[in-house]
Amino acid sequence: MAKLKVALYWASSCGGCDIATLAIGEKILDVAAAADIVFWPVAMDFKYKDVEQMEDQSIDACLFNGAIRSTDDEHAAKMLRLKSKIMIAYGSCAYEGCIPGLANLFSMDSVFDRAYKDSPSTVNQDMVLPQAQVMVAEGELELPRLYNSVRALNQVIDVDYYVPGCPPEPKTTWLALEALVSGNLPEKGSIISHSSKALCDECPLPKEGKKVKKFFRAHQIIADPTKCLLDQGLLCYGVATRGGCGAMCPQGGMPCTGCYGPVEGVVDQGLHFLTALGSLIDSTDTDEIARITDEIADPAGTFYRYSLPVSLLRRAKTL
Amino acid sequence: MTKIMINPITRLEGHGKIAIFLNEEGEVENAYLQIPELRGFEKFCEGRPAEDMPQIMQRICGVCPEAHHLAATKALDSLFNVEPTSTARKLRELLYSAFFVTDHATHFYILAGPDFIMGPESPPAERNILGVIGKVGLEIGKKVIQTRQQNHWVIQTIGGRGIHPVFGLPGGVSKVLSEENRAKAEEIALQDVEFARFSLKIFDDLVLKNKEYLDMVLSDTYTHRTYYMGLVDENNKVNFYDGKVRVVDPQGKEFTKYSPSEYLDNLSERVEPWTYLKFPYLKKVGWNGFIDGETSGIYRATPLSRLNAADGMATPLAQEEYEKMYAALGGKPVHHTLATHWARLIEMLYAAERMLELCRDPEITGPDIRNIPTEVPSEGVGIVEAPRGTLTHHYITDEKGLIKKCNLIVGTTNNYAAMSLTIKKAAQGLIRKGAEITEGLLNRIELAWRAYDPCMGCATHTLPGELPVEIAVYDADGTLIDTARRS
Repeated sequence: MAKLKVALYWASSCGGCDIATLAIGEKILDVAAAADIVFWPVAMDFKYKDVEQMEDQSIDACLFNGAIRSTDDEHAAKMLRLKSKIMIAYGSCAYEGCIPGLANLFSMDSVFDRAYKDSPSTVNQDMVLPQAQVMVAEGELELPRLYNSVRALNQVIDVDYYVPGCPPEPKTTWLALEALVSGNLPEKGSIISHSSKALCDECPLPKEGKKVKKFFRAHQIIADPTKCLLDQGLLCYGVATRGGCGAMCPQGGMPCTGCYGPVEGVVDQGLHFLTALGSLIDSTDTDEIARITDEIADPAGTFYRYSLPVSLLRRAKTL
Repeated sequence: MTKIMINPITRLEGHGKIAIFLNEEGEVENAYLQIPELRGFEKFCEGRPAEDMPQIMQRICGVCPEAHHLAATKALDSLFNVEPTSTARKLRELLYSAFFVTDHATHFYILAGPDFIMGPESPPAERNILGVIGKVGLEIGKKVIQTRQQNHWVIQTIGGRGIHPVFGLPGGVSKVLSEENRAKAEEIALQDVEFARFSLKIFDDLVLKNKEYLDMVLSDTYTHRTYYMGLVDENNKVNFYDGKVRVVDPQGKEFTKYSPSEYLDNLSERVEPWTYLKFPYLKKVGWNGFIDGETSGIYRATPLSRLNAADGMATPLAQEEYEKMYAALGGKPVHHTLATHWARLIEMLYAAERMLELCRDPEITGPDIRNIPTEVPSEGVGIVEAPRGTLTHHYITDEKGLIKKCNLIVGTTNNYAAMSLTIKKAAQGLIRKGAEITEGLLNRIELAWRAYDPCMGCATHTLPGELPVEIAVYDADGTLIDTARRS
């Protein structure tokens, strides 16, 4: 059997997804035996224009990480879609926009103002801002343009599969690679993880399903590490988050923050969590309920921490 | 004017590029290192709960999330005015030491080492980790992978998660270390100490005993006289996790020493229209353009800078190596950029020794890992040494602890101006009129920049690995006349 041709690419990302790809350890050798990597800007010397010159559909699969923020990101996504039979959104940024997608609560102008004008360490009397084209003494320099909104990969191109996680855990990465190598691919549009259910299903911390009178923030209490964090009033996102990661965060004493995205069939992860929380509140009195929910310090940033760009909200309207 | 574009930074394809302009004489007129991305963490963190900063901010960089996680956690200690418990403080430093070992080992063997072990003019196909394994032996390749895996186990065990840990909270950490895991970590630390010593021996055998390499290290092409920055403890010894930031001038004399809360008195940043990344400089010296020397506020914050800025190392074996390096290179400070590799290995030894000390500290498995904050939060600054430079996080909140403003000066960013100088000087020293632009020449330019271990991850990002370069030469009309690139 001919070896598979695989491409890996990063757009607007932190680099953690590339490290996560390496984290499968020695199994990378199994991958190397079954597949040739034809493009991996992070680690290998194949240039963009090599890919541009390839025949359409000549790459078997592309693992694309990072969100779409700049003209460069969008161009790379469209080019790789053209060249690849299978396009996989790898990791939370490509899948749903992730934490950097919280920039959609603001305009790009205000991001620029903060970075280049209002930052307390920045000295910029002439109010210089980076420009897409600029003449310097010796000639012209160019930068990619940054869009006003962060977008997930499927908001720019057609995506075949999704691998969740910030970053995906090694076993999740392996599940995707195994499917590719064996050819046993799931239905188009599938989210590849060991679980389609909520993280609570696999979390070993015993859950009593308690109702709560008060929500706490992580720094306010020392939680009992042997019990369900949500039962103790911490906003653990496990009830509305897809499992498959192994529930390491709750076992590390910290609430799940939702990085594996929504459970199967749910479109808006934030709304799902909100609904789940509603049923947890131990009160029927509207004033008391309002007081309890007021304890949630940052609803937008908490409920949509990883998924704002693909949520029903998408972005803040004005600003 | 001829323009040469280097898209090195493959890994940075779309994440970084170098433009070199030649003058009419065919000599290098200027070089620009452009960073083409801005993600806006300083803006979108506004309105977020302060206690979530360790987890949010580390998404700046998946290569060194531990550094951002801990700088943020320390900023929270300061913001909530709460001291971490002694055990918590030590657990943070233990995780951080394991991180430094793995990060420095990765850089030396996979990224920078191939140049020295295989030689800068060796065929690119051999100038990588596989070539290194071929020359030094398969055992060493396995050892590098093992070191990475074991130290990542330590990070995951203490931090809750491998990439993007979760354990940092104001006043402490979220999880205790069991005796069983402590014993395992101690075993790993012991192996790390031996591995660091072995790495220094390889460096000694292959680089220092090779006159050609040593001449290259000491050559003017790779030398800049700048200020140096690094975190020091109360005895002015190198510390990665805590202390004051000390800056020495190009003579090696203490220029300033400041607490995290005083960083704004000492650092400023400049904006240029041709890049999204800002250029930090020493406020008290000022910005005088892209030049080195006493009158330029450009400073460096690298492993070599930290050793230059400190009076020594806090652990015995690393101190021995520290003395040896300065004796060999003619005293302090050392201005040779390529000596950064040597300094990095000395730091790796220090990190391993410190890790071992902490694993043997009776408090490390203590149950007292959190102090609950009781004060109303307002403002806090946290500083750690990231492997690639001093990392500063500054938060201002409302009384509920929601972020109103934050400001970051990030690892690699410290060195942005100095890297630009280094690239220009190396290009000037190496590109000659009419001379062919060979792959080896490209590598010699690239080598200068690689010494900084430029985690554009923090600026944008970079991974250890082969760093391919492509140079395209255009004439004044923009017509492509020549290209040279890695195979």
